[in-house]
Amino acid sequence: MDVATENKKISTELSDWYFSSRDRLMASSSSLINAYRPEAMEVFRELGIPDQKQENYKYTNIGKSFLMPFRKYIEPKKILFSVEDLFHCDIPDLDTEVVLLVNGWYYENQNQLQTLDNGMIIGSMAVAAQKYPDLVKEHYGKYVDFRTDGLLALNTAFAQDGTFIYVPKNAGSNQAVQIVNLLLSPEDLFVQHRNLVIVEEGAQAVVVVCDHTLSGNKFLTNAVTEVFVGANAHVEFYKVQNEHNDSQQVATTHFHQERDSHVNFNTVTLHGGLIRNNVYAKLNGKGADNNTLGLFLADQNQHVDSYTFIDHAVADCTSNQNYKGILDDKATGVFAGKILVRQEAQRTTAYQTNNNICLTDEARMKTKPILEIYADDVKCSHGATVGQLDENALFYMQSRGISCRESRLLLMYAFGHEILKKVTISPLRDRLDDLVEKRLRGELSRCNSCSLHCQ
Amino acid sequence: MLKIRNLHALIEGKEILKGINLEVNAGEVHAIMGPNGSGKSTLAAVLAGREIFKVTEGSVEYNGKDLLDMAPENRAHEGIFLGFQYPVEIPGVSMVNFMRTALNEKRKYFDQEPIKSSDFLKIMREKKALVEIDSGLTNRSVNEGFSGGEKKRNEIFQMAMLEPELSILDETDSGLDIDALKTVAQGVNMLKNEHNATVVITHYQRLLDYIVPDFVHVLYDGRIVTSGTKELALELEEKGYDWIKEQF
Ligand SMILES: Nc1ncnc2c1ncn2[C@@H]1O[C@H](COP(=O)(O)OP(=O)(O)OP(=O)(O)O)[C@@H](O)[C@H]1O
Ligand SMILES: [Mg+2]
Repeated sequence: MDVATENKKISTELSDWYFSSRDRLMASSSSLINAYRPEAMEVFRELGIPDQKQENYKYTNIGKSFLMPFRKYIEPKKILFSVEDLFHCDIPDLDTEVVLLVNGWYYENQNQLQTLDNGMIIGSMAVAAQKYPDLVKEHYGKYVDFRTDGLLALNTAFAQDGTFIYVPKNAGSNQAVQIVNLLLSPEDLFVQHRNLVIVEEGAQAVVVVCDHTLSGNKFLTNAVTEVFVGANAHVEFYKVQNEHNDSQQVATTHFHQERDSHVNFNTVTLHGGLIRNNVYAKLNGKGADNNTLGLFLADQNQHVDSYTFIDHAVADCTSNQNYKGILDDKATGVFAGKILVRQEAQRTTAYQTNNNICLTDEARMKTKPILEIYADDVKCSHGATVGQLDENALFYMQSRGISCRESRLLLMYAFGHEILKKVTISPLRDRLDDLVEKRLRGELSRCNSCSLHCQ
Repeated sequence: MLKIRNLHALIEGKEILKGINLEVNAGEVHAIMGPNGSGKSTLAAVLAGREIFKVTEGSVEYNGKDLLDMAPENRAHEGIFLGFQYPVEIPGVSMVNFMRTALNEKRKYFDQEPIKSSDFLKIMREKKALVEIDSGLTNRSVNEGFSGGEKKRNEIFQMAMLEPELSILDETDSGLDIDALKTVAQGVNMLKNEHNATVVITHYQRLLDYIVPDFVHVLYDGRIVTSGTKELALELEEKGYDWIKEQF
């Protein structure tokens, strides 16, 4: 079967699934979520799973992931043992509100929608849409454009649950919300969650998302997160991806930024078989500032594809992208960073850098800037490198008695730390430093046969 | 301590060292001089274990062991130190982390526990004072953005930290101002004792006023063509290398 036929087959299967489960889907969800489904499905049937003829997916064969016989559910399967017993994640000294998503569903043994003292609301997307329809309706589906990507359309057609976070106007919080996405199933599973984060004018939010697999099954995730960042609001958003190498995920995060808002987004990818991260940022109000960073460490046959799209829609905004990757063994990586500066976006400052290290001859990295600039008063730069570890530095260290292995580790760690040092919350930075070091030392390996290895 | 016999080495098929013979004993200071491109740094690099140079002939015995058989880091553990002509910048690796790792790797080699943090910091303080290196420098990444002179001083600082038995200092004097030259020389002299030895590679007689050599060798076109005492350095200073080049 050629790729086109394969993709057609997958699309047909998924749309059949949609039509056969549509009534139950609709019955389980709020009408505002349902409202998007018919058109999203129509778009999906038209676009299908992106194939490699599409410029944006040129180096990632995502269709192959969908070929596997994954189980799909439109209601959460009962988990027969306590997740709390299995999973324990702590970031010392960091005040966090931890919420769990299990297989894309807001975990049942926790408060489904809680309001904190400062007015912040955290809970299940499905429940929030029922309980606060006006609030959710104003933002849900308003930022992600599912007409541009079949996978976004697919997620929108099936979206049921995920995490909902609301930070009301001027509410400040030092407390981080940590969303832990757990995959835990006795079957190979396809998961699509949909998350919404609303940070109103002048408010502050810190969100840490951790992706974990707790069982050795194959997983495929197609997740979408929309983040509204109101005027003068400040959002720190961190993503730590640590799934085993039999898992595959497409994760789309879309920031919609209003006037003078700030976003620091940082994705740290430690493990995972195939990962495609899409980051969209629309700078929609003057003075908006976006920093999008990423660090990935890939080895064996891992494939990590980062796609960014920074849309300077209005004047006087700044954006800064900085991505780094370390590839070992036969790992492959992609970085495609798009900067769009619209005609009215005068006095834009937009930077992009992408630096990578390939440790072996077989590791491959594709990197490509995509600049579309229609304004004339613009400061814009981009740079990309793919290199090896500095031989001179390695010898220098060895000549001081530091073993080859340790020297390499020090250099890799230093390389990655460039990204980690931008993490403004120091306990989180220390924790990430530690995770990255462990990962580099091979002490954070995920083995496929064992399911209970997560700390 | 060190016995080099008929050492030949090449890079990219080109022979650079063409039969070096040299013996260094504990307590001695040797100076190696010679025109640019004659192979001085190559000799130093081969002794430190740089793999891009291929040894094709000859042997190097160090304290009775086959030096050429050892990994670079083990040579360091066994007491060899190379002061680089061009010290390398390592962005993101702090001097503190670098030195602590180096000391601990050596301790590990000798089956010792890692050094206690307080002990390490104490040694750092002592050695910093000894070579008069600015604390600002040791708080930065290794050599990153250091001036030429600061890099050289940092080499001597590392030497002081590691307490080598055989130090090979490749043009540590070049790029140093006169005061820095004196402190660096002073540092070298203070670290000197009857158990260790120093090989200084230099172009200038001036350094040898401060670090007085027992022997001076002239390396030309991959061979040591003449050896003598410190007076030879004076003669070279006066007459240049032409008279040597003519002879060979
Ligand atoms: N990495 C290399 N690749 C190719 N040739 C090299 C390399 N390193 C050294 N050489 C060559 O080897 C020869 C000896 O170089 P070396 O650096 O040992 O000289 P030197 O005596 O230290 O000179 P200087 O006084 O200028 O420091 C030179 O011709 C040089 O070009
Ligand atoms: Mg030299």
